[in-house]
Amino acid sequence: MTKPARKEPASPRRGAEQHRIQSADRRRSWRRHHLSVAKEALLRLQQTPVASLMTLAVLAIALALPGFLLSALGNVQGLTNGWDPQPRIALYMKLELSDQAIDSFSRELLLRDDLSSVELISRQKGLEDFRQYSAFTDLLDRFDSNPLPAVIMVLPRDTDPLQLPLVRNELAALPGVDEAQLDMEWVQRLDAVLALAQRGSYVLGGLLALAVLLVVGNTVRMTIESRRDEILVSKLVGATDAWVRRPFLYSGFWFGLLGGVLAWVLVQLALLMVAEPAQTLASLYLNDFVLQGLGFQGSLIMLATATLLGLSGSWLAVSRHLREIEPGEV
Amino acid sequence: MAAIRFSNVFKRYASGQDALLGVDFELASGEMAFLTGHSGAGKSTLLKLIMLMERPSRGQVWIGQQDLSRLHRSQIPHLRRQIGVVFQNHQLLFDRSIFDNVALPLQISGYDPADAARRARAALDKVGLLTREKQNPITLSTGEQQRVGIARAIVHKPKLLLADEPTGNLDPQLSEDIMRLFGQFNSIGTTVLIASHDLSLINRMRHRRLTLKQGRLVADD
Repeated sequence: MTKPARKEPASPRRGAEQHRIQSADRRRSWRRHHLSVAKEALLRLQQTPVASLMTLAVLAIALALPGFLLSALGNVQGLTNGWDPQPRIALYMKLELSDQAIDSFSRELLLRDDLSSVELISRQKGLEDFRQYSAFTDLLDRFDSNPLPAVIMVLPRDTDPLQLPLVRNELAALPGVDEAQLDMEWVQRLDAVLALAQRGSYVLGGLLALAVLLVVGNTVRMTIESRRDEILVSKLVGATDAWVRRPFLYSGFWFGLLGGVLAWVLVQLALLMVAEPAQTLASLYLNDFVLQGLGFQGSLIMLATATLLGLSGSWLAVSRHLREIEPGEV
Repeated sequence: MAAIRFSNVFKRYASGQDALLGVDFELASGEMAFLTGHSGAGKSTLLKLIMLMERPSRGQVWIGQQDLSRLHRSQIPHLRRQIGVVFQNHQLLFDRSIFDNVALPLQISGYDPADAARRARAALDKVGLLTREKQNPITLSTGEQQRVGIARAIVHKPKLLLADEPTGNLDPQLSEDIMRLFGQFNSIGTTVLIASHDLSLINRMRHRRLTLKQGRLVADD
């Protein structure tokens, strides 16, 4: 068809000229078709508002659940990051050391470059604290002398979890130190719990993504069935597979995008509902906690994922069912 | 140059039924012919092979320069765009207007909308239904629906026009009108092949006649 027009010998029979379509025209008509098909697919959703809304609601819930979980986790993680777990090492000093010796030992520690802070809790101070905060004060009366060791709390400069045990070991080996305890296990535990929760959210998200694929796929499959005649006739008058596929891909696209927007609204509403109690809880520990929403990037990812899932779902349905509708038995 | 050439074509369906048995014929470009025979003689199968709605079990079908057995699935739409088909049961879409039905092939081929509208109206004018363009085809009589089907088949000025029992459900007067319409298209250079078992009508038309009997071409006169 694109060969240069072969001049037929001039003949009075001019009526049946084949219309030649230029490639620029073709591109323009391709764009035009996309636009009109996109519009039409959206209109079709409006034509069956109840069915469309039900489908969209299912999609929105399936998309919102992992969205909400992940953004909640993001908040908790932000919280612990804000806490800056400052791992302390507690040095329990040998009981036989004199107060002066411990005092000078702690001054020596102050000179070390790898420690950012050194705090001495003398035996006397320890005893007073114990009396003040503990319920077992009468326990102390059974001892002749103060049984509590002096404790030096130090903050290492390097808070790398791999380096900390090394610093601890080094400090434990110093003369006069009975025992050195690294106080960071709770941070590790919290991190482990968060990692587990995150993995769980991803698994749940994956399953729900599958659900979205199936819901969109099934909805598009039903649309294909209801437009069977149109597909047959279009193929008979020369429609390509891409042309036939296009309206259904666009319905999948709209289902995905609109489902994503609805899911976004749901997540924001859910976050709004937990914002106040979360704020109250957080203020017990921190002053400057602000509940984070999905944020710009998160919203974008959510909408993109939803749209992609909608498209993929319709692609699955279209590639499975469209080939079955071939004009043969007309 | 031959518009259609069948070379020793066999068609056996998956059910084991033999629809065509060694069919050989040529239809020259610009010719008009009738394809006749009892129902079940293989008329529809022959048309389907031309449209690539079916593939032959053996033998070759040529449309113009194109050997259809060498045509890939993805090229089928482009073949079909060069052919106009009128179906026995007209295959109109009742979810859109008469105009949209007729404009569908142009839309699919990517015509500019203004150009497509002009051509669709011209086609509707030719079958005498221009004033009804905005109506739904369901409001039309069978004869009128058949004419819409014809308008859709000729709207893109195909080089080859096929018709499968185009007068099947029509009274003699309407049948004659429709046949005259086909004659007009033929007179401007379109190759026309009409499958019909309406012998009295065919005899009056004095065109070439291909007769099928149980899958074999038994007469060509």
